[in-house]
Amino acid sequence: MVENVVTLAIIVAQIMAIVGPLLLAVAYTTWAERKVIGAMQLRQGPMTVGPWGLLQPIADGAKLFLKETVIPSGANKVVFIAAPMITFVLALIGWAVIPFAEGWVIADINVGILYLLAVSSLGVYGVVMAGWASNSRYAFLGAMRSSAQMISYEIAIGLIIINVLITAGSLNLTEIVLAQQSVWYIIPHFPMFIVFIAAILAETNRHPFDLPEDESSLVTGYNVEYSSMAFALFFLGEYANMILMSAIAVILFLGGWLPPIDIAPFNWIPGPIWFILKICAVLFIFFWARATLPRYRYDQLMRLGWKVFLPFSLLWVVLTSGVLLAFDML
Amino acid sequence: MTVALAVFYLLAGITIASGVMVISARNPVHSVLFMILAFFNSAGLFVLAGAEFLAMVLIVVYVGAVAVLFLFVVMMLDIDVVAMRQGFMKYLPVGALVGLVLLIELFLVFGTLRIADAPIAASVPTPEGVTNTEALGAVLYTEYFFAFQLAGIILLVAIIGAITLTLRDRGPIKRQNISEQVHRDRTKSVRMRRVEPGRGL
Repeated sequence: MVENVVTLAIIVAQIMAIVGPLLLAVAYTTWAERKVIGAMQLRQGPMTVGPWGLLQPIADGAKLFLKETVIPSGANKVVFIAAPMITFVLALIGWAVIPFAEGWVIADINVGILYLLAVSSLGVYGVVMAGWASNSRYAFLGAMRSSAQMISYEIAIGLIIINVLITAGSLNLTEIVLAQQSVWYIIPHFPMFIVFIAAILAETNRHPFDLPEDESSLVTGYNVEYSSMAFALFFLGEYANMILMSAIAVILFLGGWLPPIDIAPFNWIPGPIWFILKICAVLFIFFWARATLPRYRYDQLMRLGWKVFLPFSLLWVVLTSGVLLAFDML
Repeated sequence: MTVALAVFYLLAGITIASGVMVISARNPVHSVLFMILAFFNSAGLFVLAGAEFLAMVLIVVYVGAVAVLFLFVVMMLDIDVVAMRQGFMKYLPVGALVGLVLLIELFLVFGTLRIADAPIAASVPTPEGVTNTEALGAVLYTEYFFAFQLAGIILLVAIIGAITLTLRDRGPIKRQNISEQVHRDRTKSVRMRRVEPGRGL
């Protein structure tokens, strides 16, 4: 009995050790985004709350927390309240299998990458439920667009993951990283890295693929009826998802916690620091895309997903397996 | 062991409860959502049984793709809940019969295994040191290769069938020609015209 309690306590402590810093990181991702986009547009970004505006995310959080939660009278209450929670929880549970360094992982499961694919395929439910339960046309249209978009790009992501899997020969995330000790997969699979970055932009509903919250045609899409903490959960979920997807990109293509070159000044820096630095680099691409690219039209988005990314990544699977088979590297 | 057992009863309980809610919920959208909950908890049961690969595939395929389409259809349809209630008693005997047959079949299967004096665990052999992804792959692509290919062909036929049934010519539709749009430049789209005063174009 005591052992069970201790085991549970250790699990809870591990979860807290991830979720706490993660929430802080989410808050400061919003700050970093505003600063980066500000710099790109020759503005200063948030400056007034705290030094360099560092307390801005805290102030935003407090503001949202103190607002009144408005539930539309025509809304389906239970589903309406459950939807943001689902979005937020799904953005968090993916972190259970992310290895920060060798052995630094809550659950080192054999099917880690499939677990992540499963979690990201569930993400569509938060959006669909929110759109339906709001009982509003804009929200519903946003939800429809979002689910079609997320399903389309998930297929491309699945095929890209297959490329990495057959090269690494494992579904376990730690082993995928360790397989990259000689060369990061960004080098042999560079076109797949580009496609993966574009697909995760679409999967997280970010610019230039942010049609679900296209403010010029849908007000703000699926979350238009949400206010206060319910809205904050969607917002936090979106950013936590961005960080999660960046972490996946780092693990699959950028060698996880491994240093770029395994020589003196680089391997003094511990693995988790490398991992976080690489996540920041991928996040910067997210901000960069938001500041520079115009939004896609809906038909362009669907065409890109189905007629470009899907055949191309399928072709790459054939090519990769052919090369691996020919050189006997499977 | 007790933690695993408690988790098992929790997951099994939620699975059964949400199964009951699927057929008793008044709103069809709620029914689909409960079905998703049932799928999700069965995936949890798979994980507890050590079939982690099947659990993940269940979520990716059924919850991530099939149930989303269900949800789409049910949300888009304007279903009259009262009219649906009326047929409930009429169809209840048929549904109960199907359920009963399945239950008897399950009992028969497990019963014969008992009689043959082979424990149920023996029917899922996982050799030591082989993950169940590898174990599945090893038999799927060797022993059951033709069955696997056949399943693929059946799915392909189903896709083609579905597309031919729904794809119809709906008269003049404005289509986007991407290459034309991409290759448009300034010389093709802008013209300088001298406008005479008082004349217009």
